[in-house]
Amino acid sequence: MLELGAFLRLMTLPVHLLWLIAALPLLAAGIGALTPRRGRALAAGVAIAAMALSFLLSCAALATALAQPAAHLVHNFAWFDLGLGPLRLGWLLDPLTAFMCVMVTLVGLLIFVFSVGYMHADANSTRFFCFMSVFAAAMLGVLIANSLLLLFVCWELVGLASYLLIGFWFHKPAAAAAAKKAFITTRIGDLGLLLGMLWLYDSTGTLLFFDAGNGVLEAGALGALTAQTTIGGLAVSTAIGLLVFCGAIGKSGQFPLHVWLPDAMEGPTPVSALIHAATMVAAGVFLVARVYPLMAADQALAHVPIHALTVVAFIGAITALMGAMIAVAQNDIKRVLAFSTVSQLGYMMLALGVGSWVAAIFHLLTHAFFKALLFLGAGSVIHAAHHEQDIRRLGGLRGPMRTTFATFAIGMMALSGVPFLFSGFWSKEAILHAAHAWNGSSLPLFAGLAAVVLTAFYMTRLVAEVFFGAPRSEAAGHAHESPPTMTIPLIGLAVGAVLLGFLGTPAYPWLQARLLGETEVHGHSLLEGGGLMMLSIVLVALGIGAGWAIYWRRLRATATALDPLERATPRTFAALAARLGFDELYAATVGRLSNATAALADALDRHVWDGAIRFLARLGEFTGVVSRETDEDMLNGGFDAGSESLRGTGKLYSRAQTGETHGYLRVIAIGFVLLVLIVMMGGGQ
Amino acid sequence: MTSLPLLSLIVFTPWAGAALLASLRRASPIIVRTVSLVFSLSTLALGLVVLAGFDAARTSPQFVEQQAWISTLNVHYHLGLDGLSLVLVLLTGIVTPTALLASWRVRRSPRLFGALFLFLQGAALGVFLALDFFHWFLFWELSLVPAFFLIKLWGGAGASRAAYQFVIYTIGGSAFMLLGFAALYVATGTLDFIQLAQLGADGTIGQKLAALGGWWPTAVFLGVLLGLAVKVPLFPFHTWLPPAYAEAPTGTSMFLTGVMSKMGVYGFLRILWPLFPASLHAAAPALLWLALGGVVLGAFAAMRQIDLKRMIAYSSINHLSYCLLALFAVSAATGRAGATNEAATAALSGTILHIFNHGLSAAALFCCVGVLESRAGGRRGLNDFGGVRTAAPIFAGLCGISMFSSLGLPGLNGFVGEFLIFRGVFGLTPWAAAVACLGLLATALFLMTFWQRVFHGPTGGAATGFKDLSALEIATLAPTIALIFVLGVWPQLIAGLINPLVTAWAGHLALP
Repeated sequence: MLELGAFLRLMTLPVHLLWLIAALPLLAAGIGALTPRRGRALAAGVAIAAMALSFLLSCAALATALAQPAAHLVHNFAWFDLGLGPLRLGWLLDPLTAFMCVMVTLVGLLIFVFSVGYMHADANSTRFFCFMSVFAAAMLGVLIANSLLLLFVCWELVGLASYLLIGFWFHKPAAAAAAKKAFITTRIGDLGLLLGMLWLYDSTGTLLFFDAGNGVLEAGALGALTAQTTIGGLAVSTAIGLLVFCGAIGKSGQFPLHVWLPDAMEGPTPVSALIHAATMVAAGVFLVARVYPLMAADQALAHVPIHALTVVAFIGAITALMGAMIAVAQNDIKRVLAFSTVSQLGYMMLALGVGSWVAAIFHLLTHAFFKALLFLGAGSVIHAAHHEQDIRRLGGLRGPMRTTFATFAIGMMALSGVPFLFSGFWSKEAILHAAHAWNGSSLPLFAGLAAVVLTAFYMTRLVAEVFFGAPRSEAAGHAHESPPTMTIPLIGLAVGAVLLGFLGTPAYPWLQARLLGETEVHGHSLLEGGGLMMLSIVLVALGIGAGWAIYWRRLRATATALDPLERATPRTFAALAARLGFDELYAATVGRLSNATAALADALDRHVWDGAIRFLARLGEFTGVVSRETDEDMLNGGFDAGSESLRGTGKLYSRAQTGETHGYLRVIAIGFVLLVLIVMMGGGQ
Repeated sequence: MTSLPLLSLIVFTPWAGAALLASLRRASPIIVRTVSLVFSLSTLALGLVVLAGFDAARTSPQFVEQQAWISTLNVHYHLGLDGLSLVLVLLTGIVTPTALLASWRVRRSPRLFGALFLFLQGAALGVFLALDFFHWFLFWELSLVPAFFLIKLWGGAGASRAAYQFVIYTIGGSAFMLLGFAALYVATGTLDFIQLAQLGADGTIGQKLAALGGWWPTAVFLGVLLGLAVKVPLFPFHTWLPPAYAEAPTGTSMFLTGVMSKMGVYGFLRILWPLFPASLHAAAPALLWLALGGVVLGAFAAMRQIDLKRMIAYSSINHLSYCLLALFAVSAATGRAGATNEAATAALSGTILHIFNHGLSAAALFCCVGVLESRAGGRRGLNDFGGVRTAAPIFAGLCGISMFSSLGLPGLNGFVGEFLIFRGVFGLTPWAAAVACLGLLATALFLMTFWQRVFHGPTGGAATGFKDLSALEIATLAPTIALIFVLGVWPQLIAGLINPLVTAWAGHLALP
């Protein structure tokens, strides 16, 4: 440990060079964009090299940040002139940024390496590495931004990259539709974020997070924001916090904007891994953690209708439970994992809401490893089974795919929260402890505990269906292990999924202290709350036991056999399998409303506004016929200011020779002449 | 300061080109097209010369040319340029050559086409540089003549009707503006914008018009407002726009949306606001609703369009309404306690940036629809294509960039102006900013639908056998696309030209 410490002290990354971490993948993306299709080795090589370099820089940044954890190192600069001073943006380095950067670059790097194997047969893989690099660069930009505006810019670019990647196989209509759905759904949340940002900017005059006491996350601004109240008696900081949280709801797939996340499975599997682990969905949790002082600013106020964090806690609890329930009834291997992501992100939001953003970030970090592992494992299965994703048609892969099975099992145990050895256990414990300690309500804790059982249950079901029993389709029968470019990243992630747990045991107080910017370690070890831990271990055992009893003991024999749960409770199962009907609900309400508005806008144009003009034209025609003689003279009379105008129209008129224009021109000419005369006379008197 | 009359050169070089083309009776099409292009490029070249000598810190007009013209009417030939005019001159300098390049393959009498285009360009430049109402209005009206013929003679099946509606509607509006100015002249004895602005700022205009009769100030204001509102257009005076943009040939649509629609917004900023600050302030709460109508209903109406050109046309209504929304919010808040200069500065900066950025992205989008149309034998329906991205990846990439620019994606140019407009409007009238967000959402919806139906999915319909962009087409789009990127990352290029001017405007916000 001492040598490691000495080594880390040698590595430093000054904050004004922090942008390099995001710029390297961006540069790789630029090179990838200009590389012709056959240059896939170059594009992949550049992308991987850039990520590797970014990873090293992130390690250096982590060392720098840990050397002075309480300091928010910033480098601010002018973007463009606006009024009396420039609009400023900046970079920010603190332990939160640094830990996240290390995670994103490391997980990203492993996913990139995996993609070399997974995408080798795709004709467009050059483009693929270009988009993946954009994705990583945008996410890293979110992490290093010291300005909500800069964060928003990168945030939207994350959305763009996800759009391009979810729709990577754009010739498939389902992929094209899923990409659009993801973009639109997250944009709904982003409009909330935009409004929150505008409000914050207007109230404080800056969007910099830290700026030597003038930033929005510093005491001065926060004090001013909590002192004012707005509609419904909310503190302004609460209102802004909730609007900002809307962005996180969209990006992190929280209820009620979670609908895009399962559809995002239409992208290539490495994309799913990146979206679900390191980049897209992590951005929402990170955002709330980043603006945590703002979200928590209203905690000191007693007489407010609601605290921002309470809403976060309940949204998280609902999402955690709902995601886990729906995951139980999914039959697509990637959809099970997708809903488990929804559920796990709910846990993170729950942790943020109950006041422990450190626990949320800890779970975000561990989850990134084991969820990337699970998705890449699923990718390995899908690759081997010729793109068969239906777990009912898989089966028996334990034998032919030993590495994939072993690593997937580690991921499964980490996600289920199998005690002690696996990182997911510790980070989930941290969240449950925080929920237990919260004095707001015990509902989030109960939701979290219920989701523990369900998580262990559906993961057991998944492993039993995919890896045990007999192959239930031709494709599954011929499956064999994937190449080393794919298995080595799996092993790397599996190691991470285990090792990160040790941050949780003796080191969790250390991590907690560093993230909170304290140099002294005086947190509580997770082992202290023994009763709760025992309870959750029992619940995990219950979930795995139930899964074992239902799916493992009597393994599925044919692809068409009914799921045991479906046989027991067909209605509940069908409702869960149909994802509780959110898509249909939105199509019937929001979708219909927007179509109706569009139809109304179009009809108003065609009939009302244009109709009024046509009516005026008829009127003009009529007047024109009546007064043709008079105006003939007037036209030729010549008026100083008006003559050129009329000459122009006269030319048109001479060409036109239609009754319609006739009328228009008459009325204008007459009106003009009369009114000028009136004005002139009026002025002369 | 150079002794050359640079601004006159900017205005009249395109007209000289038009005259030259008129005399080149026997020239081959290639010569004709080259001459047109070279003369249209003169604006950009001269604009850059002006830019080199431009002092951004000075807020009064520069490169001024002033000569007595019609002394009995106190009319002067008066040209001058400030940051706002400069931005518009540069925009015209970029959009016009691009539009001519996009029209390179126009077969039917390229000589007349080029001459009319240069004539149109010169008239637009005159509008942006004239400082006396007399010739400002001449340029304003003269621009309609070439535009009319460019739509009617080279347009689609419904072009005649659309061209008439466009011209008559605009002239109808202008007639009221002319009347207003006639009254203004009678009341004040001058048509000079600078003098009128001073009279407007200290309230003299209002008093003198009121001396003519109680309803004169309102009538004159409404007349000028109507003329400008039709031109922009302000909702609900916009119904001429979709058919005109849709029926016009590609190059003309690009110029109409890129430059001519900006003439109206320019008029609002240069004339209506400085001359009638009190009347505008009084009308602004109502006008805010109209601008919001354009923002929201314009975007939603775009969702219903099957014709892609009509869709982009409605999107233009939506974008131009953002500009007006910002101005109306500033005017409505003038003199109100709590309205900050920072918000007004942001709103006005955003308006000017958005004028420029929308000019680029809308012109690029029309150009892309033109490419679709030319490949599909005139079809340009939302459902006529499929999978174009597979067949033409370069085209898909460039069109995608234009689309995301129009959608306001951060990192591209469109975002900066939109963000500043929203920031300003939120600071002045928060609810209006919140309502306008619906426009952002609807814009994303219809552009994404456009993209999904035309570019994604299996290749089919008119996309079968679709050829990717030719070198000429790439050259047409490339400068605009490059600017979309550059201005997204480095908005200072434009902001630096206008910031002192806008700061001064916001600093002097007051009612007479």
